[in-house]
Amino acid sequence: MLTLADHILDITENSVRADASLIEISIDEDTGKDLLKVEIRDNGSGMSPEMVKKVLDPFYTTKTVRRVGLGLPLLKDAAERSGGGFHLESYENSGTTVKATFGLRHLDRQPMGAIINIMIILIISNSDVDFFYKHRHNDRRFEMDTREIRNEIEDVPINHPEIIKYIRGIMTQGLVEIQSEA
Amino acid sequence: MAKLTIDDLKKIKEKVHKEMALRDGDRRVKVTVHMGTCGIASGAKEVMDSLLEEIESAKVNDVIVTTSGCMGLCSREPLVTVEVVNQEPIKYEYVNPNKMRQIFKRHILAGEVQTPFVLAKGAEIVK
Repeated sequence: MLTLADHILDITENSVRADASLIEISIDEDTGKDLLKVEIRDNGSGMSPEMVKKVLDPFYTTKTVRRVGLGLPLLKDAAERSGGGFHLESYENSGTTVKATFGLRHLDRQPMGAIINIMIILIISNSDVDFFYKHRHNDRRFEMDTREIRNEIEDVPINHPEIIKYIRGIMTQGLVEIQSEA
Repeated sequence: MAKLTIDDLKKIKEKVHKEMALRDGDRRVKVTVHMGTCGIASGAKEVMDSLLEEIESAKVNDVIVTTSGCMGLCSREPLVTVEVVNQEPIKYEYVNPNKMRQIFKRHILAGEVQTPFVLAKGAEIVK
């Protein structure tokens, strides 16, 4: 994983596989506190307390096709490497929240990377899931909610090329407006 | 470019409605890009980006794109499965954006399986 966007895609795929219908991705750049917070919250099947204890072990996985599970351990390591931290909260049948904080200006903090492409990939390949993207940079905010878009477009599928072009457009504008520097 | 607003969505919706009446977008091909931790770390995201660009520039509407998890062949990632309706799925290994473009143009559009990149034929079970 070379960028934070890669981690976000990876963790969000976990949420999709936990049958979430709504996934919230929040990014918070706080220059005053020199912190970058990334939070992924889903309303999927969640995990039992025993499982929560085990998921940070790289040799624990729910899959049967291989014996390692690196998604969460890699994110935790990336956060801690940049002087940040990692927090996981999950309740069975109500969902999971993954929070990672990074030192915004820390040398070892991975760059944000292609976050817009990640959102587009997620929306196109999981057209039955709603995504709520929130990005804050100090006092500037940008939000993109696929539920709002769905309300407007009625029976046009959210993964229709024209709609995807629109989402790419508003996200590009939004990130320029909030002057995201991550 | 003028600032995009919610009103633009309404215009897009109307435009798409008109186009939908003209043609029936039957699903002919399903392309699955494997997006497990292993896939993402080895470049599946870039493969997906190039596939989406190709679909957009070819203006096809009968190709659907989806992602799946790891199938245990992490060392051969990025993996891409191409399923043409009524044909056996073809699984490609070590895909990169260039190979993806070739697979799109030669296999998905022209129907020629790109044998040098093929890992296997047939379906798999993703857990």
